[in-house]
Amino acid sequence: MSLREQYIALMTILRKEIKRYLRIWTQTLLPSAITMSLYFVIFGSLIGSRIGDMGGFTYMQFVVPGLIMMAIVTNSYSNVVSSFFGSKFNHSVEELLVSPTPNYVILLGYVIGGVTRGLLVAIIVTIVSLFFTQLHMHNFFVVVIIVLMTSILFALAGFINAVYANNFDDISIIPTFVLTPLIYLGGVFYSMDLLPEFWANVSKLNPLVYVVNAFRYGVLGVSDVSLGFAFGMITFFTALAWFYSMHLLNSGKRLRQ
Amino acid sequence: MIPALTIENLTKDYGSGLQALKGISLEVQQGDFFALLGPNGAGKSTTIGIICSLVSKTSGRVAVYDYDIDVDFAGAKKNIGIVPQEFNFNMFETAFDIVVNQAGYYGMHRDLAMQRAEKYLRELGLWDKRDVPSRMMSGGMKRRLLIARALVHQPRLLILDEPTAGVDIEMRRSMWDFLKKLNSEGTTIILTTHYLEEAEALCRNIAIINHGKIVEHTSIRDLLRRLHREVFIFDAVDALPESVVVDGFSVRRVDDNTLEIEVEKGQHINEVFAGLNQANIRISSMRNRANRLEEMFVNLVEGAA
Repeated sequence: MSLREQYIALMTILRKEIKRYLRIWTQTLLPSAITMSLYFVIFGSLIGSRIGDMGGFTYMQFVVPGLIMMAIVTNSYSNVVSSFFGSKFNHSVEELLVSPTPNYVILLGYVIGGVTRGLLVAIIVTIVSLFFTQLHMHNFFVVVIIVLMTSILFALAGFINAVYANNFDDISIIPTFVLTPLIYLGGVFYSMDLLPEFWANVSKLNPLVYVVNAFRYGVLGVSDVSLGFAFGMITFFTALAWFYSMHLLNSGKRLRQ
Repeated sequence: MIPALTIENLTKDYGSGLQALKGISLEVQQGDFFALLGPNGAGKSTTIGIICSLVSKTSGRVAVYDYDIDVDFAGAKKNIGIVPQEFNFNMFETAFDIVVNQAGYYGMHRDLAMQRAEKYLRELGLWDKRDVPSRMMSGGMKRRLLIARALVHQPRLLILDEPTAGVDIEMRRSMWDFLKKLNSEGTTIILTTHYLEEAEALCRNIAIINHGKIVEHTSIRDLLRRLHREVFIFDAVDALPESVVVDGFSVRRVDDNTLEIEVEKGQHINEVFAGLNQANIRISSMRNRANRLEEMFVNLVEGAA
């Protein structure tokens, strides 16, 4: 396929993905806005006012970046896992597999689809957060880069989950039992400084710690981990997920007989 | 002229130990209308799956025109249109989107894709249903949608896996006419089917596959010429006697007005009528008991032919 043909194939996948999640916006875009509003009310306004400052900011200001990042992570992940598994389940993935579209274009299409949903939800949640607190941008460049990298990473993770999933239970197990605990223990609601040294060190194995702290740095200018190390870890995990996803597609594992 | 499809010593071993294909070889010439027949589990769908990349081969060579799938699978895929046995489109997408998206996966510009989608949806009588999600279509409409989707990139080789399964007679006939027209315009067609009269009506050449091996690869005409016997059913005007004998033929009295008579290769049906006249049996109508190709097919797969 020529580059132009590959571009058309990519845009076709992307258009299809965006159309899919916009068609079911009450399941894909609305829940995050409602859930995050509840977080802002409960953890920010009600409980947060009794907690006091954290990291030099009001508790509401402290949790907002983590909550936005939480929305990006869950939406990027769930978009790809549900869409790709759905196409595997109803065999419509065969439309792509029998076509000359290269595997990397297929992966890129699904990943960018997940990224766009992550970004759209991030914008919605950010707008909602402005009703509860004032946000100022410490470093816009860091914010943009970290949002893109994070949504790419978790869209890839969603793709891997979808390839391995055999039924609809399998696409909810990882988000429920792995992703959610990692998000909650990733420093969304607290600073690592509050943890005993041992648990603070254990937390450094959690990739969400780097994602949340790098984003918090971009917004507030504070982070529990070094920004360079955080970028390095996110890049490492993203590259790992990309190459593993490509390996799954190229080998045809669980996609071809 | 390069064959449209070349398969050489193709094997497929599944992890379970099942050897689905045991070194099959066949060629389909350009412009042919080719039938691939075989009982369930014979290896037909595995063969088709390998050609269109849904199944990985264990060994052997497959080439579509001059594109070897091990060297340039994308080039081979561009020349293939596949109509699968099962409905495999997104049930929430409309007919129009399904066809246009498929064109996009082949790198076709969206404007051209929309023109082609209209052309094939109209030709297959689905244009009125273009905005209907596929899940709300009847089985026959879905079958036609599979064909429209497979044709949108105008492949030189169209492979149809049981295309008329579950389709009513009228619709089947109109699909046959459409496929004949397509073939007459130059598209090479490979068809798998369980309706043997379909193969007899449409195809020029045939391969019969059984237990992962090609047991026959010839022209339909040649195959039919080799039939050893045919069974005819005769409807009598009057009630038949308890015992009916026609010299030289095997006769079975089915009921008071019906006879089945076997006619071996080399015998003439005139002799049957002569015998029936001699026995004062008047005949109102006559027909074949079963499809002739079906007889041959059963013989071949049972290894009796």
